[in-house]
Order: sequence, then C-alpha cells, then structure tokens
Amino acid sequence: MKKFFQNSYLGIILCFLYAPIMLVILFSFFNTADFSFANGFSFESYSQIFTSEKSEALLDALKNTLLIAAISSVIATVLGTVASIGMHYLPRRAKRLVEGVNQLPVINSEVVMAVSFMVFFVTFAFPEGYLRLIIAHVAFCTPYVVLAVMPKLAQMDSNIYEAALDLGASPAKAMVKVLLPYLAPAILSGFIMAFTISLDDFIITQINKGASTGIDTLSTLIYSDARVQGLEPFWFAVFSIIFVVVLAVLLFVNLKKSTKKEEKNI
Amino acid sequence: MSKMKLTRRAFSYPYILFMMIFVVLPLVLILVNAFMANGELTFKNFVNFFSDGSSIHTLLISLAVGFITTSICLFLGYPIAYLLTKRKSGRYMVLLFTLPMWVNFLLRTLATKEIFQALNMPLGMATVIIGMVYNYLPFMIMPLYTSLSNIDKSYAEAAQDLGANSLGVFLNTTLPLSVPGIVSGITMVFIPTISTFAISELLSDRMITLFGDSINLKFTQDMYGVGSVMSLVMIILVILSNVLMSKADKGTKSGGAV
Repeated sequence: MKKFFQNSYLGIILCFLYAPIMLVILFSFFNTADFSFANGFSFESYSQIFTSEKSEALLDALKNTLLIAAISSVIATVLGTVASIGMHYLPRRAKRLVEGVNQLPVINSEVVMAVSFMVFFVTFAFPEGYLRLIIAHVAFCTPYVVLAVMPKLAQMDSNIYEAALDLGASPAKAMVKVLLPYLAPAILSGFIMAFTISLDDFIITQINKGASTGIDTLSTLIYSDARVQGLEPFWFAVFSIIFVVVLAVLLFVNLKKSTKKEEKNI
Repeated sequence: MSKMKLTRRAFSYPYILFMMIFVVLPLVLILVNAFMANGELTFKNFVNFFSDGSSIHTLLISLAVGFITTSICLFLGYPIAYLLTKRKSGRYMVLLFTLPMWVNFLLRTLATKEIFQALNMPLGMATVIIGMVYNYLPFMIMPLYTSLSNIDKSYAEAAQDLGANSLGVFLNTTLPLSVPGIVSGITMVFIPTISTFAISELLSDRMITLFGDSINLKFTQDMYGVGSVMSLVMIILVILSNVLMSKADKGTKSGGAV
C-alpha cells in the first residue's frame, strides 16, 4: 500500500514534467495549434518547416545558432583548457582568486550578466552583430570548460609530466604527448558543455543581438514570433524535433556514463 | 625549474586578461552606472528606485513569486529525492526527473502556455507559478538527490539501533544532514525565478512583470542608472545566497566530524 502511494506520487510528478513535451510531440502529427484532432493525422506540420513563408528565417536562425555555438565553444575550449593548465600551477591564493572570478558567470543571474555585457559593448562602441554575440557566449561558456578540466588536473600525478621532461621531451612536446591525451576526456566534456550552453542560450543572445542587425538564433526567433500570436503548427514540429534530439543525446550520454561507473565498481 | 613553473603559470594569463575585460569590467560598469546620473557621481538612481512605488512593487511581487515557487518546489521535490535514494534504480530515475531541465526553457514555457490556453485557463498569477514550478522543479530535485544519496547510511542505522522510530530517524539524522542540498536547491530555484526573463511575461499575458523583465526593460528604455541599481540589488541577492550556501556546506561538514 505504502509502495503504491509512493509510486503514484513519482508517476504524477513525472507526468507533470513530461506532459507539455509529450503533448507537443503528439499534436505535431495533427497539424494543429490548439490541441485538436480535427485536422487528422499528417506530417503537414513537418513539411511546413520547409515550405512555410517563415522557413527561410527559420533555417537562417538554425544556421546562426549552430555557427555561434560552434565558434564560441571551440574558442571557449581552447581558452579554458590552456587557462586551466596555467591556473593549476598558480600559487594557491592566486588560484583561488582566479577560480572565484571564473565562478562569476556561473552563479550570477543571467539577466544581470546579459545587461552588463550590453552596457560594456555600448560603452566601448563594439560593432553590433556576431562579434558581440560571440564574445558574450565565450565569456559565459569558458567557465564550464575550466570547471570540467581543473578537477582532472588536480587528480593528475605530476610525476607523469616531470618524467616526460626527464626523458628528454621539451615542455611543448610533453604537453602535447602527455598532458593533453590525459586531459582529453575532460576537455571533450567541457566542449560539449560549452556547445550545449551556447546552443540553449536565450537571454544573453536576446539582449545582445542588437535590434538593427536582424540576427536571430532559434530561441530569439521563436520568442519574437510566438510572443505575438502564439505558436503556429510548424513550431510544434520544430519543438518536437528539438525535444527528441536533446532527450536522446542526454539519455545516451548519461546512460553511458553510469554504465561506465558500474563497470568500475565491479 | 622555477623558470619552468613561471612559464606554465603564464598559460592562465590570456584567460585572466579575457575575464578582466569581458566579465569583471562589465560588472564594474554596472556599479559605476548605478552611481552616475547626467555625468556626475550621485545617489539619485538609488533614491529614484527606492522612492518609485512601481519598482518596489515589482521587487516585492518577484520576491513573493520566488518564495511561493521555491516552497512548492521544495515540498514536491524533497519527497521525490528521498524516495529515489531508497531505490536501487534511483540513479537512473533521477535522470528522468532532471532531463527536462536541459530542454530550452523558452520552448517548455511556450508549450505550457499553449496548454493553459487550450484548457481555457485564464493567464495570470496561477499560471505564472505553475510555469515556474514546472521549469525549476528539476533544479530542486537534483541537488537534493545528490545531498541525500551522499549521506552515510550508518547514521540512520545508529539512530535506529538507539531506538529511534522511522520518523525520529528522518527528523534527527536525514533531514539535518541534507541541509546543504536544501539550501543549494533553494538557491537554484529562488534566484532564477525572481530574475528570470520572459517566463512571467509569456504566462501572464504581460500582466505580471518580474524583476528580471523589469531590469531588461529599464535598459531598453535607456534608463541605465535605475537598471544598474536593480542589477546591483540582484547581485547582492546572488552573493547572499551563495554565502548562505557555503555556510550550510561547512556547517554539516564540521558537524559530521564531531
């Protein structure tokens, strides 16, 4: 009996969390914006992604989203990895200070970060457009790369690197041959984190994209389009695709991680 | 050798420089703008903010929405995290509960809005709070689960051996030991709720403006001074909650050592 109540509670909350996502996916196949079955089952919403008058803007926004995420996350990964290696060898006090500053974009409210970037760009007259967006994205993505790489460095046996030097490797060679391969998994997870966060961002892009540039990412386009008249049927299809891709990738990554952990435990 | 270390250290300099320019300096500009009006140093922006009824009203409404949302998330989320730690499959199930938070909040909010409208629910305070709970519940469950699953089982067993009933065990060992999780859950829900952008606007048909929307609005209306004061208020709230969080963390750690 107790078990029954516990299970129903967990079930109800899961329904609450997934209902909006599931309903959107279900009705994306009924070409409707008001959750009715009146139009019958079809892939119309999906084909409208390519044929509606908004599809050009949509595909443009998709391109911008991917472009900004790719450029920012690559820069963030290089910057953050190099920085982590340097930070590892800083004196303790200085290291803690730098780590503290690194935390700022993580803990700060996103709106405040966004307006502070905006004030900065306006004050120093940065040209509106991609430059502003990429700088802002790098600034709030790099901390996550540092957070992924630093712990791995802390676990490292420093003798490995010293041994490479003793065996005659130059510092640069030791870094490429020893340090980077050791850090590779952490760097990769930092990169994925940075890419995802940039992809997912709405607030910082919305506030820094500038009105006159006409640059939109997926989230800012959806916001400007749906704010006025609600979602059109093709947005249901777009949402469904995003939901399924995101959930599948996350499920895959996480399950892989936990099976790995289990193998280690055995 | 010391020269070697010096050069390795230098790898951190580009990022330190980058952060000084693109993270610290913008925040300093907010601070400067808060004390500037018409090109001179003044407290006018603070006076404007605190004497303007509508700004204070927005702040109070935001704090109230934040408080209600956080309480609901805590009361719904704690039992979930607790029940999951009791199960072998808990590690996988917690994934199910936290996955939705990786789906863009704007998409989820728009989806809930469509559902509210399809159900003919009037958009207003109730829908804003439901939407906030829906958005931030995973952020409450995650730290609670982490904290609860890290509690050493021997504490509860010891309490049981000493004659405590299951409620007593929970109240005297599990609950106090999960305080760091509770505090970080509260922070992860409360701060984003009051400073969030767009959710309340969308879910209340622009009837309810929260602090985050209001900050953005002030800047788009070129009222940099007042907007900066409001950002400072937000920064102070963030700092306070982080101090509270590290205090709670240290508190249980030293308690555990005794």
